[in-house]
Amino acid sequence: MQARRVHYLNVDYGVKSWLLTKDHKRIAILYLVSISFFFAIGGMMAALIRLELATPAGDLVQPDVYNRLFTAHGVIMIFLFLIPSIPAVLGNFLIPIMIGAKDLAFPKLNLASWYVYNLGAALMMWALLRGGADTGWTFYTPYSSMYANSEVILTALGAFIVGFSSIMTGINFIVTIHRMRAPGLTWFRLPLFVWAHYATSLIQVLGTPVVAIAILLVAAERLLHIGIFDPALGGDPVLFQHLFWFYSHPAVYIMILPSMGVMSELITAFSRKRIFGYRFVAFSSLAIAVLGFLVWGHHLFVASQSVLAGVIFSVLTMLVAVPSAVKVFNWTATLYKGSISWETPMLYAIGYVGLFVIGGLTGTMLATLGFDIHVHDTYFVVSHFHYIMVGGAVMGYLGGLHFWWPKITGRLYPAFWSKISALLIFVGFNLTFFPQFVVGYLGMPRRYHAYPEEFQVLNVLSSAGATVLAVGYLLPTIYFIWSMRYGERAGSNPWGAYGLEWQIPSPPPTHNFEEKPVVTTEAYDYYTLKEKRVA
Amino acid sequence: MQAESSRAWGLAHHFDNFEQQREASYLGMWVFLVTEIMFFGGLFTAYVVYRSANARAFALGSKELDIGLGAFNTAVLIGSSLTMALAVWAAQQGRRKQIALFLVLTILLGGVFLGVKVVEYEAKIDHHLLPGPDFHFEVTEVDEILGVQEGNVQMFFNLYFAMTGLHALHMIIGIGVLLVMVVLALRGSFSRENHNLVECMGLYWHFVDIIWIFLFPLLYLLGRNL
Repeated sequence: MQARRVHYLNVDYGVKSWLLTKDHKRIAILYLVSISFFFAIGGMMAALIRLELATPAGDLVQPDVYNRLFTAHGVIMIFLFLIPSIPAVLGNFLIPIMIGAKDLAFPKLNLASWYVYNLGAALMMWALLRGGADTGWTFYTPYSSMYANSEVILTALGAFIVGFSSIMTGINFIVTIHRMRAPGLTWFRLPLFVWAHYATSLIQVLGTPVVAIAILLVAAERLLHIGIFDPALGGDPVLFQHLFWFYSHPAVYIMILPSMGVMSELITAFSRKRIFGYRFVAFSSLAIAVLGFLVWGHHLFVASQSVLAGVIFSVLTMLVAVPSAVKVFNWTATLYKGSISWETPMLYAIGYVGLFVIGGLTGTMLATLGFDIHVHDTYFVVSHFHYIMVGGAVMGYLGGLHFWWPKITGRLYPAFWSKISALLIFVGFNLTFFPQFVVGYLGMPRRYHAYPEEFQVLNVLSSAGATVLAVGYLLPTIYFIWSMRYGERAGSNPWGAYGLEWQIPSPPPTHNFEEKPVVTTEAYDYYTLKEKRVA
Repeated sequence: MQAESSRAWGLAHHFDNFEQQREASYLGMWVFLVTEIMFFGGLFTAYVVYRSANARAFALGSKELDIGLGAFNTAVLIGSSLTMALAVWAAQQGRRKQIALFLVLTILLGGVFLGVKVVEYEAKIDHHLLPGPDFHFEVTEVDEILGVQEGNVQMFFNLYFAMTGLHALHMIIGIGVLLVMVVLALRGSFSRENHNLVECMGLYWHFVDIIWIFLFPLLYLLGRNL
């Protein structure tokens, strides 16, 4: 047996070496542990919700408890899982390696972001233990600021603090991508994963502070009676909605853009082809980031917004479909005449494209004023954003995790079980959420714990699907942990993929590269890679 | 592997040279300031929306503010930006003692600003202009006919305290960091190559100054002649 190779995982085993690490790869692992924990908690809330909705009568929980359940589910899944998921885990791990740097530009800030995240999360958990908030994840005023009799301040402050960790990650990525690229790695040679994260970081940096101040004002209104949104003082509760959605709609793109970056990596790797229309895919990320800031008003179609504003926001919202469609068409064109192999990450990728198309098209439906008013606040909307957030972002996250797991841990996971999990998640997801489109269109409103009997069949289907989905999520948890000890050793490039991260050993050494890489080729240059192999 | 001993002191392991380190920290600071602009931006938006709806009430609120103290503080803050800029200049020249001197001057001027702010706040509290149950503002009959309500004036003071309070909080944090930097300067931590912290702090301080340059006319001056 050869001498033990030192890499970032075995360089030191002490608890302190993890909690005080400044290595972006170790911080990514810390994030992975934290967000997996909160994903499980948020998932349990979802399980309780689906259990309650298996019968028309409100028999499992009281209405007030139900309000707290869906609020906790939303707050945890959005602020503690979806927003940090791909950037803080995969982005943190991969961006420095993909651009040939030793670390992110500000390693201490990176570690601090993890602590800030956990501080905010701890506040939210404390609020949850004290009974939780019942405002919905949207914290709408004046209910949240004046009337709600629940832990709004703690929950909101938790979200406020977690926001700063998101800002820290965004600043770090922007500076790193600008200033730390290896020689020869021009902007148009960057992997599209990096482009997607650059666009994401722009939104994090420009949007998060606005929701931060809005949340702070709600907390101040409850605590100090500074009634910024109080109608009695001439304040406007709808102003809160504007400030909130100015961030929270772009935040949807914080969640989906990184997963689109993952897709571009997966689809090229398992088609053995350059991406079709590199620049279009790169710029479509930026276009989504920019357009994302101009569409928040589509959340206010029924909130006293003028008709003119409604029409403008409606048209702008439909424009987002253009860069999104550019991505989908270019992925499809990349598949065309590619040498496709059906490894697990590719199964996730193909599933993603299908689900994202459904989520995106229903989004365009919701962008039309008349239709939106019909299905406003129904399960149609719930289903639409779950297709984007779960069918899109979570599938992308899991696909990426399956793709880079051998790089992160140096081990392979069982191929058979991972394919089963991809299949279960795809089937379970559709079974859970497709009936919700129907039941929503038929008029079932969201956020109620009871419903008329005629909706039961569709709701039972949905709850059954949630069970399948839960098994689908449990499987990777088991085999990933199993693989860390018993998995086959991966080698540096198990997929035969292109990119700097596949040219270094798995797991990577602490400083990533023994010597500074020099980049001489375009991204996804699979032809050259093949020629090299043949030679 | 690179021998750690051959690296210049103060250059982090993941940067190639001081220039890259410097450029990274400046860009980081600028991006951070963008987030600060968006943070204050939410409040400025609220101000614009509510002022356009209650212009007269806001003007009445403005009249209650002490324009003399406000103008004095504006001058003090601009002065502190000058001393901060001189501290950055001293850092670029590598003059350690002068860095410390100018930083201390900046801290003193910042302290004066906050002191005056305390005097102003106290006066508002004495006049029952602090938002809350104690708030009281006499609306004249004429103004009442013109649609002004006591609550609208309170909204002005909500925003006044929220905006100037947030600004003051930034000053306090800034002074805290400046104090640390005085110690660092006296210890000789800054050199010609490596004084990013002073430069970045300079950017921050000027930013806080500029926020005030916007707050002063919006809160103290606009519509005063009504």
